[in-house]
Amino acid sequence: MAGSTEFAPVSEALSMLAAKTHPAGPPLWLLAELTYQCPLHCVFCYNPTQHARIKDELTTAQWVDVMRQARKLGAAQLGFSGGEPLVRDDLEELVQEAHALGYYTNLITSGVGLNEARAQRLKDAGLDHIQLSFQDSTRELNDFLSHTKTFELKQKVARLIKAHDWPMVMNCVLHRHNLPHVDQIIEMALALDAEYLELANTQYYGWAWVNRDHLMPTHEQLIEAEAVVNRYRDKIGKRCKLLFVVPDYFEERPKACMNGWGSVFLSVAPDGVAMPCHNARDLPGLKLPNVRDMALADIWQKSQAFNAFRGEDWMKPPCRTCDERHKDFGGCHCQAFLITGDATQADPVCSKSPHHDKVVQLVKKAPAQRHIPIVFRSDAESRVLHPEA
Amino acid sequence: MIPTHPKLSRRFRLQYEEAQTRWVLLYPEGMVQLNDSAAEILKRCDGERTVAEIVTELETAFSVQGLTTQVESLIEEGGRRGWID
Repeated sequence: MAGSTEFAPVSEALSMLAAKTHPAGPPLWLLAELTYQCPLHCVFCYNPTQHARIKDELTTAQWVDVMRQARKLGAAQLGFSGGEPLVRDDLEELVQEAHALGYYTNLITSGVGLNEARAQRLKDAGLDHIQLSFQDSTRELNDFLSHTKTFELKQKVARLIKAHDWPMVMNCVLHRHNLPHVDQIIEMALALDAEYLELANTQYYGWAWVNRDHLMPTHEQLIEAEAVVNRYRDKIGKRCKLLFVVPDYFEERPKACMNGWGSVFLSVAPDGVAMPCHNARDLPGLKLPNVRDMALADIWQKSQAFNAFRGEDWMKPPCRTCDERHKDFGGCHCQAFLITGDATQADPVCSKSPHHDKVVQLVKKAPAQRHIPIVFRSDAESRVLHPEA
Repeated sequence: MIPTHPKLSRRFRLQYEEAQTRWVLLYPEGMVQLNDSAAEILKRCDGERTVAEIVTELETAFSVQGLTTQVESLIEEGGRRGWID
């Protein structure tokens, strides 16, 4: 407002992350996937199933350089994720650097590896927030789905987070096994003083795609769970914000994936591969740039991968002429690829897609497919699924 | 009901972003992009100033009158969204 006498109406004051019309505005989000290593073995992990084949993690100095470049481009939110980012013993150093650069720093963790000493060091380094994942409100299911004994540990970590006065987002991935526990999951979040609870229904990428038949809920389960969530919202008010993410397969319109390709989101994988979406590694036809070879500004503005689906030029019918294309940007390309074999198709979640019936059938046929063994994420299974390298 | 001495919640960080040429509110995994007016109001929500003082200050600084309704409605909205204690 400096130098201006104009006082815009407050009704115009609140714009959430708006869709960008400019072909390459600044990235606002940097997701730093520090490592694909993880002590858990979750059946719904969204990491690429070839994680065990992906070696050669960026060094501390390389990450610092990435953070500096991204901050200069405009990124303000920074997520330290993985795998399990606490596996990296330079996490504190990276957080300290990120804090000094002016990022809002988020640690997205399973909690494994967070003890009192590390929590204090991360606090001193300036970490702003921790998102802690739970698999369920019961020890049995939590430990089964992650194939670890981590339920008590996570409770302990949640208390540690609050003892250090961090805001806490509790995240629980939902599927047919735990949807009936949604009330208990909310009660757990309340008991642990989480400010936010993300009830994230499984989306089918990575390991979750492999295990989709085992995870697929029914419409009835989803309706029931959402009703429970709404009842709690009325009851608890602002005490804890409940986010219920409906799974794509049960929708008629796609999500505005990544808020548009190359619009606000920049993901850097452990090996330095930069992607407009952390699941984009498998998309055919993308020449994925690496931060070791290319300046981040060039990656963001000029690389083939970041421009592949930027704007609307890529769109085919039904997206091209759809009056909702500015709202959902054609949905998710990874989903289009997984289900139709063609990443340039409209997200088949959309009922206007000629491939929509494939989604309907995936849901419908899931119960009959449960003789296929469930696959826990592990290095060994990763190598079985990707024997080539 | 709006607070007599509005205060930006400690769970939100108000920060100027050079690349966006605007003020933003940062919170866990999220960002609200503010226009200049909203930012000028929120900057003054320090738990010390009253709503009336904030209004007077802005009217003086920007040589305008009649900002009470706008200031109150932003503070009310901020309260609803959890930005303001």
